[in-house]
Amino acid sequence: MKKVLLLTVLFLASAVTYAGGYRVSLQGNKALAMGHTGVAVINSSELVFFNPAGLVYLENKLSVSVGAHGVLADVSYQNSATGDTAMTEAGLSTPFYAYVSYQATDWLAFGLGIYTPYGSTVAYEDDWGGSHLVNNIALQAIFVQPSVSIKITDKFSVGGGPIYATGAVNFNKNLTRTLADLDGNRSEVTLDQTGISNWGWTASAMLKASESLTVGVNYRSEIILSAEDGDATFENIPNSPLTPFADTTFNADLPLPAELTMGLSYKHNDFLFAFDYNMTYWSVYESLSVDFADELITDTTLLRNYKDASTFRFGVQYEASESFTLRGGYYFDESPVQSGYFAPETPRNDSNGYTAGLTFKVGDRLEIDASFLYLQFNEVDASYDYFVEGSGGPANLINQYSSFGGTYKSSVFVPGLGITYKL
Amino acid sequence: MKNTIKFMIGLLAIGLVSCEPEFENAVTDEGFYDAGDADFSNYVALGNSLTAGYADSALFVSGQEDSYPNIMAQQFSFVGGGDFTQPLTSDNLGGLLLGGVQITGNRLVLSADENGNPFPATLDGAPTTDVLTSASGPFNNMGVPGATSFHLVTPGYGSVAGVANGTANPWYARFATSESSTVLADAVSLNPTFFSLWIGNNDILGYATSGGSGVDQAGNLDPSTYGGNDITDPNVFAAAYSAQVDALVAGGAKGVLLNIPDVTSIPYFTTVPAQSIPLDAATAGAVNAQFAQYNDQILPLLVQFGVITQEEADSRVVNFVEGINYPIIVDNDLTDVSQVLQGPPGNLPEELANLLGQLRQATSDDLIVLPASSVLGSVPDPSNPLGVVGVSIPLENQWVLTTTEQARVAAAGAAYNAVIEGLAAANELGYGDMKSALADVAANGAFYNGGVLTSTYVSGGAFSLDGVHPTPRGYAFTANTIIDVINTTYNASVPKVDIGTYGTVTLHNN
Repeated sequence: MKKVLLLTVLFLASAVTYAGGYRVSLQGNKALAMGHTGVAVINSSELVFFNPAGLVYLENKLSVSVGAHGVLADVSYQNSATGDTAMTEAGLSTPFYAYVSYQATDWLAFGLGIYTPYGSTVAYEDDWGGSHLVNNIALQAIFVQPSVSIKITDKFSVGGGPIYATGAVNFNKNLTRTLADLDGNRSEVTLDQTGISNWGWTASAMLKASESLTVGVNYRSEIILSAEDGDATFENIPNSPLTPFADTTFNADLPLPAELTMGLSYKHNDFLFAFDYNMTYWSVYESLSVDFADELITDTTLLRNYKDASTFRFGVQYEASESFTLRGGYYFDESPVQSGYFAPETPRNDSNGYTAGLTFKVGDRLEIDASFLYLQFNEVDASYDYFVEGSGGPANLINQYSSFGGTYKSSVFVPGLGITYKL
Repeated sequence: MKNTIKFMIGLLAIGLVSCEPEFENAVTDEGFYDAGDADFSNYVALGNSLTAGYADSALFVSGQEDSYPNIMAQQFSFVGGGDFTQPLTSDNLGGLLLGGVQITGNRLVLSADENGNPFPATLDGAPTTDVLTSASGPFNNMGVPGATSFHLVTPGYGSVAGVANGTANPWYARFATSESSTVLADAVSLNPTFFSLWIGNNDILGYATSGGSGVDQAGNLDPSTYGGNDITDPNVFAAAYSAQVDALVAGGAKGVLLNIPDVTSIPYFTTVPAQSIPLDAATAGAVNAQFAQYNDQILPLLVQFGVITQEEADSRVVNFVEGINYPIIVDNDLTDVSQVLQGPPGNLPEELANLLGQLRQATSDDLIVLPASSVLGSVPDPSNPLGVVGVSIPLENQWVLTTTEQARVAAAGAAYNAVIEGLAAANELGYGDMKSALADVAANGAFYNGGVLTSTYVSGGAFSLDGVHPTPRGYAFTANTIIDVINTTYNASVPKVDIGTYGTVTLHNN
């Protein structure tokens, strides 16, 4: 039996947890190991994120889960018509989470979560072929979510709470495909803003349909992070009244889309099977519009035109022994990017996520959770067809679209480690 | 526990396979692109300013980096191409020094006045590229600005001593391997496996840009007697050109020969309209009155006395109308009647006779050169507001390439191209029809990812501010055109470049 499980884990690993756009689905090591399922899994305080309604069903008075993931993401690009190639610089980003749940009475529980559901770190070599779209970008959002969970009946509970989101963005790109100063240094802009905050909310419900079957639903609202008076810094600008790019401030809205999750779990002996379906309402991300305070500088609109995207998640858990719990999972993550809008700052096509992990019990109260995710992408021929040529450049350049594309291949590998403490 | 270890090993294995994303068929893989029958391992480019990467009236580092041979060499790197060296200048100003004294001007940049109106201006700054600070040649890019066909085989063309007395070329003198070497010998010494040869443009260009100020040397087989603005005799061209091809193919190299475009479709000749003098009815009438005697009496008399033909007399009639007019010009190919007019029966004063000596009104077929824009319509003598160039003062010969002069340029160019095409066929080399390519850009424009490349001055994107040499984008277009020829000729699949990623004119205010 154990042999079979190992094979299963390996198979799953060669066959899917991460999400399209700049959604980073890494909100718990236990859940991630099971394909990032969890809306109907009563396991730990990771429920603060996955389904706060379920907190009231946790067995312990106090449950704490803390952890982080190391995201090793690479993207290769090539264009067979020109021979142009590029590869993102290897970098590590570390989304983290911390959840606490507290059982106040047998029908009421409270929770608090801090987690990082959105973010993106992509850095290409400066002045690479797509530098007019992005040289590098670092986007982070931290959510803080107090929650309440109320048992309505023994089998049905509801939960939810407000979300305070705070984010930061740093985005550097060249102004056009060609604009440069006297010595040929490419003209570029850096947009930087930290401490952008806004409020949202989450609401959820859980039904323990039978001893074995649990059903859950969770909704997290959209939060628009509005950068106001961020710093726009221009470099290598020609000394010319035709290119009036002076450092200024900017306003821009970055939407963190709403997400609806429905799912179920089924327990059979030492096994637990879980299925989650996510719908992420990406269609809110129509464009990244940057409004510069300096009236001489043309405002830019980078069309995104994302579509709502689904994710299908499957997970299995096996309690191998008193000490060990093994997990595996798979998910299919649909990209929100539509044909012709494949921008290299979020170079994500559809992907298969393969996950595995384990929990090792150290005594009665402490558990160590480990997980990993291998996100497999197929090569994709894709392009961004809506870059406005001559935007902000000399008036004699024709305002029309140019296309940037080729073949992209991404790989993402995410090891993760966390602890769970139960009292 | 044993199973846990197995599990951890499984985890690790998965971690290892997931490293860098690799393509099934990477463009960097050997064999993705095909060199065909050519060997690009040692590419040498031979030519003039176009090959050197000259633009905006100067040779400077960033321009050289976007020379068409350098762009091609970068693409050759996918099919076995080796290093491609260039005699890079020392800065992005472009001026050349001889022993610390500046002998050529800095590059042109596109400046703008306070209203945003653009105009070309010479970049300020002290250049640092000195002819005496020799660059150590030879280089893979053997493009020498200003060189004609016969210059490439003229010993001493790179003599530093000769630069001061005007017999040698300062750009070549920077990197000539010796005082007596030739450009061709230096190029051949590199033992190229592949070459491009684009020479002959200057054999007609100087004549054209000087408005036909030089001499058509057809029939004169001694190029040492030629002036800088002369048209090279086609036999002199053929001898020099075939010597170059022979020397380049002697070692078994393959290559491509590029023909000579029609110079008259470049912005230097097409930007300033011939019809450019606005006059109201009263002024037109007043000016016409000044020319009444010339039109109605002098010209018929000259015909009557057999000095000029009726046809020439008809071409010399001056008539201004309300609206936009053609300027009056000096046409060296008209019969010079200044002496005749000073004699009887006219007995015109010398000044007037000289004014009328080779005078006519321009037509739509005459080409006004770019620098004439600052001359046309100007009033050279502020004390005489009636002395307007083009109206009462003829536009001098150097500002106009007349139809007669255009015909000489075209005839020579056609003769050169016949030689080039013949030698390409005889040696089974690629033949790049740059003439047709440029004519197509001028007539229809070339569509690319993000725009249309045209020959319109400044805004067309193909030509730099000197109106003669391409921009980096124009050079990229040139490189693609040549790569097409190479791929066809040698069954190769060298990838081309996206010309939209190459710049055009440089914006800068001093």
